[in-house]
Amino acid sequence: MTRLDVRKTHKLYIGGAFPRSESGRTFEAVDAKGGFLGNMALASRKDARDAVLAARKAFGGWSTRTPYNRGQVVYRLAEVMEGRRDQFIEQLRAAEGLNDKKATTYVDAAIDRVVWYAGWADKYVQVLGNGNPVSGPFFNLSTPEPTGVVATVAPSGPLLGLVSVIAPAIVTGNTVVVIASEKYPVPAVTLSECMATSDLPGGVVNILTGKPAEIAPWLASHMDVNALDLAGVDDPELAASLEVAAADNLKRVLRAPSAPVDWLAEPTLARLEGLVETKTVWHPIGV
Amino acid sequence: MTKFEYAPAPESRSIVDIKSSYGLYIGGEFVDGKGGSFKSISPSTEEVLAEVTEATADDVDLAVKAARQAYDKVWSKLPGSERAKYLYRIARIMAERSREFAVLESLDNGKPIKESRDVDLPLVSQWFFYYAGWADKLGHAGLGPDPKALGVAGQVIPWNFPIMMLAWKIAPALAAGNTVVLKPAETTPLTALLFAEVCQQAELPPGVVNIITGAGATGQALVEHPDVDKVAFTGSTAVGKAIARSVAGTSKKVTLELGGKAANIVFDDAPLDQAVEGIVGGIFFNQGHVCCAGSRLLVQESVYDEVIDKLKQRMSTLRLGDPLDKNTDIGAINSAEQLARIKELSDVGDAEGAERWSAPCEIPDSGFWFAPTIFTGVTQAHRIAREEIFGPVLSILTFRTPAEAVEKANNTPYGLSAGVWTEKGSRILSMANQLRAGVVWANTFNKFDPASPFGGYKESGYGREGGRHGLAAYLQGASA
Amino acid sequence: MTGATASLRKTLGGLPGVDQVGLEARAAGLGTRSIKTTAKAWAIDLAISMVDLTTLEGADTPGKVRALANKAMRPDPTDPSCPSAAAVCVYPDMVKIAKDTLGDSGLNVASVATAFPSGRAALDIKLADTRDAVEAGADEIDMVIDRGAFLTGNYELVFDEIVATKEACARPDGTHAHLKVIFETGELQTYDNVRKASWLAMMAGADFIKTSTGKVQPAATLPVTLVMLEAVRDFRAETGRQVGVKPAGGIKTSKDAIKYLVMVNEIVGEDWLDPDWFRFGASSLLNDLLLQRQKIATGHYSGPDYVTLD
Repeated sequence: MTRLDVRKTHKLYIGGAFPRSESGRTFEAVDAKGGFLGNMALASRKDARDAVLAARKAFGGWSTRTPYNRGQVVYRLAEVMEGRRDQFIEQLRAAEGLNDKKATTYVDAAIDRVVWYAGWADKYVQVLGNGNPVSGPFFNLSTPEPTGVVATVAPSGPLLGLVSVIAPAIVTGNTVVVIASEKYPVPAVTLSECMATSDLPGGVVNILTGKPAEIAPWLASHMDVNALDLAGVDDPELAASLEVAAADNLKRVLRAPSAPVDWLAEPTLARLEGLVETKTVWHPIGV
Repeated sequence: MTKFEYAPAPESRSIVDIKSSYGLYIGGEFVDGKGGSFKSISPSTEEVLAEVTEATADDVDLAVKAARQAYDKVWSKLPGSERAKYLYRIARIMAERSREFAVLESLDNGKPIKESRDVDLPLVSQWFFYYAGWADKLGHAGLGPDPKALGVAGQVIPWNFPIMMLAWKIAPALAAGNTVVLKPAETTPLTALLFAEVCQQAELPPGVVNIITGAGATGQALVEHPDVDKVAFTGSTAVGKAIARSVAGTSKKVTLELGGKAANIVFDDAPLDQAVEGIVGGIFFNQGHVCCAGSRLLVQESVYDEVIDKLKQRMSTLRLGDPLDKNTDIGAINSAEQLARIKELSDVGDAEGAERWSAPCEIPDSGFWFAPTIFTGVTQAHRIAREEIFGPVLSILTFRTPAEAVEKANNTPYGLSAGVWTEKGSRILSMANQLRAGVVWANTFNKFDPASPFGGYKESGYGREGGRHGLAAYLQGASA
Repeated sequence: MTGATASLRKTLGGLPGVDQVGLEARAAGLGTRSIKTTAKAWAIDLAISMVDLTTLEGADTPGKVRALANKAMRPDPTDPSCPSAAAVCVYPDMVKIAKDTLGDSGLNVASVATAFPSGRAALDIKLADTRDAVEAGADEIDMVIDRGAFLTGNYELVFDEIVATKEACARPDGTHAHLKVIFETGELQTYDNVRKASWLAMMAGADFIKTSTGKVQPAATLPVTLVMLEAVRDFRAETGRQVGVKPAGGIKTSKDAIKYLVMVNEIVGEDWLDPDWFRFGASSLLNDLLLQRQKIATGHYSGPDYVTLD
């Protein structure tokens, strides 16, 4: 007698917990051939609101961790992902219909990407900051700081794209509400399980599955969100309307890409730089 | 009658030659516009200074075309070292003609000559000098070996620091290799128009700098022009939001430097006399027409009485009057409209139960004036503690502990600047870390330098002006 | 450390700090005031009336002191409307000469004392020096503090010496010579020290506080005087007692003097715009004031042959 497998309930990841959508709604994730992969929680605007609350709550603690500690925590995430490497490869094959080699390439790149960004935690201030030679008896220093709560529409690259937008945001101390790829949500849920079992504090990353077109406008207009990353928005009209909504409290916006992004390419500092604020401190020099 | 009565010491206005009317500066020459005109007046006397052209959308289009042509054919092909020399030339001319500009600025804007002469104009020249040196060093700006300019920059500047804001905008744009179309504010267009003459004197290639005048509609036409690659705006948060909406879905890069409601925090161990100077300079410099003004004073309760006494005493020595008098500390409010806004919000302060005290000043008969004023008994629940007044009005609140000071300071949608006064070093650093503001002045206030990035968090805008960061705002490869 | 020293340290340590950059910026800002025409004429006359015309040289002789005293009484002998100086300032052994020369002119004789300028002598010698000057007729005593004691934190010693010197200023008739306390701010180095010394001296009974001996550079500066003016202002607010201020040394031009008067006007107010409460310790300043005075009167620039030698 063959053993009946135990299927997984895919849930949202908010504040370090795994709730169902408050709306009770679900949608079906399907594989590359249209076969059933799982019932996903279909996040509502209220789930988005809860996620922002969780992200805001986590911001104070996360942003004031030492850079070394944030680097270690993000690196630890890569360690946990490595342990789930086979699972990710299998999920990418199923979802996107990739062959084994390609799926492996993406999963390895995703893990390596997290490692790459982990290393930036205690360096980006040195690269993006400046001591400023002002013309007077003043100490003058500019340092980048995390902007706050970042709402992100993840690219459809279900794992590499996803970590490539989350990692630069959190490594500087931001907290994130991310809407996973609508088409390939399953790897995002697995990633959230990696996060939950790594040392990442609850609320630093919150992952919603569902429809960006439905949830993103609520995040774009949310007055307690500081930045909006439209990496995964491929509908120009939706992108423009989200930018318009973001103007209500002048969110920093990382615009939707105008051409397809090669997530395998080595990143620049642009994503990291787009989610920090430069603070300049003056102090007189005297006796 | 006081013992030591300072005799009038007016700066001569004969140094500046104001024309009766001005066209638009497009493609290296002054041209007539297709629309009407408006008058620029002196806010201290309401005297008409000149007729200025109201640029239409067609005029804006012409200016953008001139900038595009200059970009394509001349400016983008010049080596950085040559661009640098043009900017050095401008820096030198601005230094040579600084008194002329200072007088014109004080006439058109109403600010005291000692501020236009000792603060604005020196910074203008320095700003050009600083960015001149970047023009041939772009590969060292941290954006790769050969970062490219953006193209045509549309720049809209406010009336509070007209020529200084022009320098903040034009110097980095040109250094990075862009060409510009700049619109000064409708109440203060004259120094920008005089700057057009400086461009001619420097033999800057035609079209590299274009100056168009007009009000909101002209600015909107510029910002929304499809051939503008970069929008830089300094002004109100409301207009900043409108600009952010209007560029949605485009590839235009944007820098916004908007409003503020800065907390100036005084601890009981502060160097009190210097703190009082910082409070006074923080809110009464430039009649409080300063986006980063320290308009919310947070005083630790243990030192409250002493600070208020010293502050009132100090304010009583402020001299309000003729902007051209070298001893004037407080000039005219820039416009009737702004004066009405200041009066309205001050009345709200009264109505909400805050206690008003104004420095004893004689108010001139003509022009727009408002005596330096403080409100005590203000709480976070007062409108005057939340809304930007943009005038010489200080709202005074108290706090008990550092944590309370931080909470109150950050409890605002703005985040441009903040001040901290304490002799304890570790507390300064802790406060500086926790304040959500783009500029933190510790034991000083309202200091500016071309090498120092300036700009806000939250609804105070995005992007930075000044320093390497300000240069990056005009180059490809930067994110924002 | 005695209880008194501990208590003084606590009191002086509790004074607000002085931020050097902010202080100097404020002083420079006041220095940009433009004092013209009638205001300038008034200020120059006031400045002349505040001068403690000074000679403090090893080469001083009765002849030199007589010349100085005559100059103080009639700074511009060609112009009777020109005010006289406030006082002449000399060494103790010259007090009698000065006193005799000034007669009943109303001008004071100020004498430095207490082993001026270093103050490095035993207390009884410093007090004898003081009593000697007072007996010779000095109206004002300019004492120096023990900077060494101050810099080692021995505030009690400095305090006690001021108190003792003040006692030595007493005359048999119950009055006493006015006591000016010199800090030698160039040796105290920091503005925080200047503020502490100001309060220390005032608490000990100083009638005037004075920047410098003129023998150490830098002598009087605008920022140092600003700190002292803030101190006398705050001291009066706290105790009700008004104390005078005397910048001395290095003030050479009318332009400088007017900057000081602007500072007095705006920091402590017109109560101090009076020779009883503000003095300039100077020598060459007087002639520059006179040259400027002549320029205002005649409309053209004057020259050194038209003012008298000291």
